[in-house]
Amino acid sequence: MDYIKAFLLAGVALFAAMGANWAQDPAYQLHAVLIMVIALCMFVWVIRHAGEPQKAKPVPAGYDDGVIRAGVIATAFWGIAGFVVGTFIAFQLAFPELNFDWGQPFTNFGRLRPLHTSAVIFAFGGNALIATSFYVVQRTGATRLWGGNLAWFVFWGYQLFIVLAATGYLLGATQSKEYAEPEWYVDIWLTVVWLAYLAVFLGTIFKRRERHIYVANWFYLAFIITVAMLHVINNLSIPVSIWGSKSVQVFAGVQDAMTQWWYGHNAVGFFLTAGFLGMMYYFVPKQAGRPVYSYKLSIIHFWALIFLYIWAGPHHLHYTALPDWASTLGMVFSIILWMPSWGGMINGLMTLQGAWDKLRTDPILRMFVLSLGFYGMSTFEGPMMSIRAVNSLSHYTDWTIGHVHSGALGWNGMITFACLYFLTPRLWGRDRMYSLSAINWHFWLATIGIVLYAASMWVTGIMEGLMWREVDDQGFLVNSFADTVAAKFPMYVVRGMGGVMFLAGALIMVWNMWMTIRGPKTAKAGATGATPTVAAE
Amino acid sequence: MDTYSFLRELADSWFLLAMFCFFIGAILFLFRPGSRKMHEDASRIPLRESLSPVVPRGCAGNCPDCIKRTK
Repeated sequence: MDYIKAFLLAGVALFAAMGANWAQDPAYQLHAVLIMVIALCMFVWVIRHAGEPQKAKPVPAGYDDGVIRAGVIATAFWGIAGFVVGTFIAFQLAFPELNFDWGQPFTNFGRLRPLHTSAVIFAFGGNALIATSFYVVQRTGATRLWGGNLAWFVFWGYQLFIVLAATGYLLGATQSKEYAEPEWYVDIWLTVVWLAYLAVFLGTIFKRRERHIYVANWFYLAFIITVAMLHVINNLSIPVSIWGSKSVQVFAGVQDAMTQWWYGHNAVGFFLTAGFLGMMYYFVPKQAGRPVYSYKLSIIHFWALIFLYIWAGPHHLHYTALPDWASTLGMVFSIILWMPSWGGMINGLMTLQGAWDKLRTDPILRMFVLSLGFYGMSTFEGPMMSIRAVNSLSHYTDWTIGHVHSGALGWNGMITFACLYFLTPRLWGRDRMYSLSAINWHFWLATIGIVLYAASMWVTGIMEGLMWREVDDQGFLVNSFADTVAAKFPMYVVRGMGGVMFLAGALIMVWNMWMTIRGPKTAKAGATGATPTVAAE
Repeated sequence: MDTYSFLRELADSWFLLAMFCFFIGAILFLFRPGSRKMHEDASRIPLRESLSPVVPRGCAGNCPDCIKRTK
């Protein structure tokens, strides 16, 4: 077994070395060197440990929490990385001098922007989803993870995907599809990792000891399966050469655009919504100490979301070469989607029925409630913006950016922070987070930051939309494009300040997590029993 | 008939009907008699985690822990 492993690793290292030598572009070359070094290190390790007698494995006690601990740390790390880049590019828009001459072309806005979106969605959000799904599926199935070290392969494989994607963007390797920028070999690697993730999750569900599969797992499973399907179909491309990162899309023209936004909108629908709803349906009842308000409603929420979301993509392509019927279809389904989304929000909020008083004392629960509030707000704003008439004003303006961020910072960000605060003490065997007031500080900094962000983007987006369409009595356009850019300056600065506040809150969280983990052990690690609660004082 | 026309016609008719029926069926199935007790039990899954994930040695599915979970 060891020799097969060593042989395979040597093969990978050799292939990567040839790739590094014949690489046609710098991104491919860097990635080949990276993979070569990783494969060589693993090769040496395998050779040095070959033939060692197998140590008897201790009988596992408790849940498989090691990989979740790693996931929690990775979530916090990539979160900070993504927020820093996001804040920086926000100021690049306000002050173009920040596109430093010495850093060209690697640090210009065009290359940093996909770095930011991928870091926050896939690195921060993705790690949070993987970690929490492993936590939830074990607890709600009363069983350990299936597949042994396969879960660790998922974790490290996903980190490698993130590093390959991020360095590729900086070096200019992109297939120019929003939220699907990585080039062909990175896509193939992600597919392998994702199928391993599906195997671990499904395997754990199969060997569960609860009869019923708890609804949170339905959402997680829908997220994993749908993302696999979306990813594979949207990334159908043919590499120009096996020694280069460039590839050509299989679809062309309007078909390619439609596939891209079918993918793009369902990345929102299944990655940022279904997956995070999995978190919501487990962690909100846990933190409130009450079962979900209506289990039936949660199942209706699930089926309605699954059946409706997949059709909403065409609303990204109003007034384009897309046929009218397709964009009407997208618009209608987007509007219908409002109802199940609000059903889910109400279900989450009403879970607090009889426990509302906890909001006064428990900042973690407050974060969950705020995230649900933002879920409700952006799932109302989204359908409204998908209406063709509204879209003619909002499209291509900063209103869209504001909408995305109220969803991403408010809903995804806040629920992830709350989950990190929930998980950190439990995974490291502590009674509670190190500082309760630091959580409060984080809560308010993040909330005010989001409000500044969303409000300034509403103002600047609607202003810019109105300026673009303004005509004088002769029918000529009144404003040039540069006029709108100049008019937006103050709002860009406010948006940047909102980003700074959100980032500051996240830094406080990291400090709090660090102090909690470093502090003395107070409870049994991976505690199964009495759940640590936030002190009520 | 070429593939596009065939798929398009199928999508607009029988497949649409099938998906619609599945969706309505799933919702109706939710309200079947006797589902309330099961849903109430399921909604408590996250709150009962005092049980260990490790199956006791020699358990044949009849220890108190297992019975509680599968009733």
